[in-house]
Amino acid sequence: MRTEYILVAVAVSAVITFGLRAFPFALFGGSRKMPEMIVKLGKVLPATIMAVLIVYCVKDSLDNVIGIGIPKLIAILTVAGSYRWKHNTFVSIAVGTLLYMILLHMV
Amino acid sequence: MKVRKQHTWRTAFIKSIPILCSYLFVGMAYGMTMENAGFHWYYSLLISITVYTGAFQFVLITLLSSGASILTIALTALLMNSRQSFYALTFLDEFKRMGKKKLYMIHTMTDETYAVNCSLDEKEPDRHEVMFKVAILSKSYWVIAAVIGGMLGQLIPFDLTGIDFCMTALFVIIFVDQWEQASSHVPAIVGAITSVVCLLIVGAQYFLLPSLILASGILIIWNRRQEAA
Repeated sequence: MRTEYILVAVAVSAVITFGLRAFPFALFGGSRKMPEMIVKLGKVLPATIMAVLIVYCVKDSLDNVIGIGIPKLIAILTVAGSYRWKHNTFVSIAVGTLLYMILLHMV
Repeated sequence: MKVRKQHTWRTAFIKSIPILCSYLFVGMAYGMTMENAGFHWYYSLLISITVYTGAFQFVLITLLSSGASILTIALTALLMNSRQSFYALTFLDEFKRMGKKKLYMIHTMTDETYAVNCSLDEKEPDRHEVMFKVAILSKSYWVIAAVIGGMLGQLIPFDLTGIDFCMTALFVIIFVDQWEQASSHVPAIVGAITSVVCLLIVGAQYFLLPSLILASGILIIWNRRQEAA
């Protein structure tokens, strides 16, 4: 494989990825004021995006319901439940992750 | 001044621990997969420093190995990473006020750093400093893990399958936090429904972008209705 090809591919990927992350700044950058509509959207998006990212994390559950889906569901409910109860980020992450790893080994 | 600096590093490190767990293992897996495909650690280093985006970096291995055209690689990058355009919307004003650090903040905006930035206390006096340090730490975890993975190759002492669940756990925790604080649950519910619908229709590989576009459209209309009401 040619080194040149790899370097061009990497450069193109890097530029596109940065461009996508910077795109809204180019649109509403400088001294231009952001439209009120976008400011409001930006404020409500975190809750929406967290929901979308959680679905993204469980997207492989449908391919293997028993092997992956159910362990993930149990672990997610454990994290949410323990967090609502104690509000301790580390305990909830540690317990949920350990439980998930154990469940994966059991099935 | 020094105490304050230590404080921001400490806060940033604590906030970034879930990212550490996730990036360390996923990053090592990346380095190993690269090595197996015949790309030595310095390629993992180069790509992790310049591209820095989890899922696409894995797809790029397949694309490079099969000698895909530069156009295919460009389109795949465009499709897989366009979701991150949405992340900037939440932090437009804050990043603008960060001066020289702005470009670095934009470059390092991943799913995970976005989530952690969303979880930071609004009243934290050194908020921007903490965000910047979370960005530095997270990228370091990823790059170092990728290089170590490449150097170790296939050697891994024990089975760590499932450890990357810690990132899912963090998303769940931030979701619960926002749910408890939100004046309305509509944004969260819209996100959940649109993403499940898009996942079922479009499939697992490309559902993120349509979900975010659809959800944003619905939320813009919803915001307008609320004003009118």
